[in-house]
Amino acid sequence: MNWQGILVYAENYSGSINRASFELLGKARELIPKVGGDVYATVVTNKESVERHSKELVAFGADKVIVYTVEEMLLPNPVVHRVALINAISYAKPRLVLVPATPWGRSIAPRVAAAIGTGITADCLDVYIDENGDVVQVRPAFTGNIIAHIKTLTNPVMATVRPGVFPLPQPRYDRKGEVIVRDVSVPNADSVKVLGVSKKKAVKLSEAEVIVAIGRGVKSKEDVKLFEELAKALKAQLACSRPLVDMGWMERDRQVGFSGSIVKPKLYIALGISGAPQHIAGMKDSKYIIAVNIDQSAPIVKYSDLVVIGDIYDIAKKLLHALKSSQF
Amino acid sequence: MDIVVLIKPTPDITKVKFDVEKGVVDRSSATLEINPFDLYAIEVAKRIKRLFGGTITSISMAPPHAEPALRDAIARGVDRAILLSDKRFAGADTLATSYTLAAAIRKLGHFDIILCGEKSVDGDTAHVGPEVAEFLGIPHISFVTRITSISRDTIVVEADFGDAYYEVELRLPALVALSRPVIFKEEFVEPSMPRVSDVLRAKRARVEVWNADALSDVANASRFGLAGSPTRVVKAYYALEKGRNARVVRGDEGVAAILNALRELGVVL
Repeated sequence: MNWQGILVYAENYSGSINRASFELLGKARELIPKVGGDVYATVVTNKESVERHSKELVAFGADKVIVYTVEEMLLPNPVVHRVALINAISYAKPRLVLVPATPWGRSIAPRVAAAIGTGITADCLDVYIDENGDVVQVRPAFTGNIIAHIKTLTNPVMATVRPGVFPLPQPRYDRKGEVIVRDVSVPNADSVKVLGVSKKKAVKLSEAEVIVAIGRGVKSKEDVKLFEELAKALKAQLACSRPLVDMGWMERDRQVGFSGSIVKPKLYIALGISGAPQHIAGMKDSKYIIAVNIDQSAPIVKYSDLVVIGDIYDIAKKLLHALKSSQF
Repeated sequence: MDIVVLIKPTPDITKVKFDVEKGVVDRSSATLEINPFDLYAIEVAKRIKRLFGGTITSISMAPPHAEPALRDAIARGVDRAILLSDKRFAGADTLATSYTLAAAIRKLGHFDIILCGEKSVDGDTAHVGPEVAEFLGIPHISFVTRITSISRDTIVVEADFGDAYYEVELRLPALVALSRPVIFKEEFVEPSMPRVSDVLRAKRARVEVWNADALSDVANASRFGLAGSPTRVVKAYYALEKGRNARVVRGDEGVAAILNALRELGVVL
């Protein structure tokens, strides 16, 4: 049987599978009755972790797990993952291939699509099967201004999907699945040498529940401390818009927006951020948005639930005072 | 070193207007300029050229009215600008675009390194860098935040894998897709406005236009444009149309309102 079933690429370059891979298995289970065939997962891992990773992938929804084993040293090598994913696709011949839209996934998946000559859709927010049985991919474009629904005319349909858009399914460790261990030879693996982790991330904003974000309204690097204090009092992560990173006041890992992180916290407090389209693209899906700004005509006002017109320093200090005082 | 820079002429995302009804971009509302991410690729190309000498060739695929963006690239330091422009290229998705760009690079002949921005502000896909590298059979690395070192044979970069930044060495020729901000060795790369004299020079410079026939010996014309594109947009709509109906308050009343919201959301007790 050709071009049936769904293949999920389980991202594992560090020794543990990225949770977005499990979210995709949950989505695959939901779609499989309309697609037909099996839910496959494929993973590159070291010998010692084959059993652990296979069990995990079955528990989260895979019927069949296609495993490629490598030496520990080659685990973060993208050349190996490229060859493995191409091999898994030619083995499973799935109708749909889902890959987490992490930087890693967004780097490997398009190469694989070009290698096998199929279409690929980036950073999807949803995937559904329409009344004709076609796979439809939903994605933002134009810095989040446009939402497009896209079909692919070739097989397999390939999509990278933004982490966090599908819920994490409940794992069931009593689920039964088949494990298929396959070998691949990787020519030119030495054309890319991964020398090691050079820097850990300061923070993963995409996982934050509460975010306090600052922008141009902050007047000096020293002043960042005040807002850091406010973030701490709210058990929030401190974030910023692009200008503060460009000026070297904040680390790039704290930047929210099109060229930074896309976030979806329970609460997003924007202090002194006017709301350039690139910033809005990164935070507009937050559940509740509070904006503090001196300018009521700032674009961010339109995307907020609560807008406070005032001086961000004054309001931050009063909030800190209230949060610390006994009456609160 | 022979350096190739991929430049996408894109509408200025802060000025462009959207046709809310049709869910498309009003192409007449903003002129085409260099994709902001690609400006960093030009700057890094200039730094590599300073170290090793050589030429910087830019390649773009766009309609004829993108020419001013390419003159801007010349003013910023590109030695030779090539515009792939033909009705037969129109309607291309990322696969067909990458196929065409790769064909043009093959046509150029020798190259040592290809630089591009990690993604464009209009397409947002980040596909073209990796796909061009695949078509050329060379290694690539995306989401690069630092060029640590470069020799004639290898480049060492820091790249964002998602969970952490990794140090990666690539054998040249290779394709490197850059994030912003990006660091070249120890220096923050900041695109600067070109000098007036360079703008004037660029006005007189030649932008080479290649059509589909120019690539006939290195490519299969059925893979260009819409015909070579496996993906189709079946529906599109404007995403930001519905704002939220914000409650607007001022001063101390604002502080109370925020505290209230914090309590209601369970952020504070």
